[in-house]
Amino acid sequence: MEAFEILFTASLWAAAVRIASPLIFGTLGELICERAGVLNLGIEGIMTAGAFSGWLTVYLGGDLWLGVAVAALVGACFGLLHGFMVVPLGLSQHVTGIGITLLATALSYYSYRITFPEVTSPPKIEPFAVFPVPGLGDLPIIGPALFQQTPLTYFAFIAVALVAWFLYRTPAGLAVRTVGENPAAAEAQGVNVVTIRILAVMAGSALMGIGGSFITLSAFNSFFFEMTNGRGWICIALVVFAGWQPGKALLGAILFGLFDAYQLRLQQLAGAIVPYQVFLMLPFVLSIIALIVMSRRVAYPRALMVPYRKGER
Amino acid sequence: MRLEPREHQSLALLVGYPVLALAFAAVVCALLVMLTGASPFQIFGLMLKGALGTQFAFLETLTRATPLIFTGLAAAVAFRAKLWNIGAEAQLYMGAVMTVVLGTGFLPLPWPILWPVLMVSAMIGGALVLSVPTFLKTRFGVDEVVTTLLLNFIVLLFVSMLLEGVLKDPMGLGWPQSKKVIADAQLPKLVQGKRLHLGFVIAVLAALAVWIIDRKSALGYEMRAVGHNAKAAHFAGIPVNRVLAKTALLSGGLAGLAGWSEVTGLKGNLTLDLSPGFGYSGIVVAMLALLHPIGVVAAAVFVATVFVGADAMSRTAGVPSYIAHVMVAVSLLSMVTAIMLTRFRLRWR
Repeated sequence: MEAFEILFTASLWAAAVRIASPLIFGTLGELICERAGVLNLGIEGIMTAGAFSGWLTVYLGGDLWLGVAVAALVGACFGLLHGFMVVPLGLSQHVTGIGITLLATALSYYSYRITFPEVTSPPKIEPFAVFPVPGLGDLPIIGPALFQQTPLTYFAFIAVALVAWFLYRTPAGLAVRTVGENPAAAEAQGVNVVTIRILAVMAGSALMGIGGSFITLSAFNSFFFEMTNGRGWICIALVVFAGWQPGKALLGAILFGLFDAYQLRLQQLAGAIVPYQVFLMLPFVLSIIALIVMSRRVAYPRALMVPYRKGER
Repeated sequence: MRLEPREHQSLALLVGYPVLALAFAAVVCALLVMLTGASPFQIFGLMLKGALGTQFAFLETLTRATPLIFTGLAAAVAFRAKLWNIGAEAQLYMGAVMTVVLGTGFLPLPWPILWPVLMVSAMIGGALVLSVPTFLKTRFGVDEVVTTLLLNFIVLLFVSMLLEGVLKDPMGLGWPQSKKVIADAQLPKLVQGKRLHLGFVIAVLAALAVWIIDRKSALGYEMRAVGHNAKAAHFAGIPVNRVLAKTALLSGGLAGLAGWSEVTGLKGNLTLDLSPGFGYSGIVVAMLALLHPIGVVAAAVFVATVFVGADAMSRTAGVPSYIAHVMVAVSLLSMVTAIMLTRFRLRWR
């Protein structure tokens, strides 16, 4: 009974949206890359690099928003590297992506260690504060969930709308979708496939970087190792779950956040009977189940993971 | 910019580009080392000395290379058939779980029987873990990259649950660790008083076995055919899904052996830090070896040299040992680029 009542607490819904926020950015980022035909397995490392670089910027005295911008820039740089290797050079997207994750993670950890050689407890910053939207924040349940969050969460909502508008309502968005569906047709229309793909991967990776920075600048206030903890891989599953559509990506991320917040509370309730690891496993198991359920229905970008070489069919 | 296939590949090219790739990785790391104010020559010198300079160091490097050979083979076998197994970490842990479940006294057998039993069980453990994503791939078309990655987290939590539950050593002072395997399960050391154990020899033999399977058996041919072009293989009458399932059993089994050899040869028991990412490093090893089984042995020793050397260096000089991870990652990226450049010419117009 108590397990059921939790569903109607405002704190659960607020936590769900908080947990969803970095996933919204990450999923949108991966979605843009894949819509342009490029799988980006660098996401886990790029989110770590975004978390670290954003946090370091603020720690060194930068403004919080400057931290977010730096995280985006760092993400875009790794995106450029990934894009260059898999688009014009046509290297394996799987292997390169894993390589980018290893590199971005290693560089973050190395930089952390040379900046703070002798700290025992992680240094702290002053993170984004909750900013209740006047009026709307007082609504029951919806208020705390959607309108009593940090500015970065509101930015995530705006990003969903922006990405959807960009993909479906602008010529550049059409170009991105076309190079992911039928690059030869795009080329025939005078679209430069290589340039569009690289730019899409850079933009997507910038969003992943911002998603990472949410972890250190909004969810927590310090950087520690392994804090990305598989969020990037979950984003890749969420993209499939969302059928490559931004609106459904938002829905999927919030559902996932809700589930994660709920299992955290169940854990406290049933922790004595069921080992806590079972609850921690559930989000990952859920992701796999979601992939199976959606596998029948999804319409994936036709040219996903297919390198494009001019003049080849 | 476009790529143009080369008509022939000269030997200078085939050797030159990979060497250049590793040199590039070294230069990147030298620049990163200079950020700390240390001299790269001194740091690289310390790394080489720490990994290869003394008998102790060299044996330590081979010890570290042992699990990397197994996970490298696991990745190489799978990648050859374009089965993207990124889950060797989970398969390694499941192999270790099987080893401690059966090897801590449950089967009081003499070593000539117990060793093969444990090896086969560990292989089954690893193979089962990889069978799930492979089944989902062939049956539902679910991408195995994501599922193998997600399974890494699931299996590690499962191991943590076991180590705090049924497998917990009652004499372990509360630490989440299993009991030690019995003496008959343990592999002997190769050198008296050092850590290098028989697992290294078995790893090299495994590489030879994989090489023979790859070159001489029908399965090896089918795996390569499926990896090269699954559609063409299907039309040629090769049962693609069955070949992928067999590949998964072999690949997962090899990764499971990594867990077996770490437990019975080195650690004696199972803990949550049994593998500092051997599964992920195995991917790098396989790529550096160009997916060749014998090359995997050499690549594993190289990667182990970097890791052991960096550990030793960071104890004496102040440069963080994470430099090893940077070097390995850059080597991977520059090596795949270099290999591509041996086959294609870059034209700027």
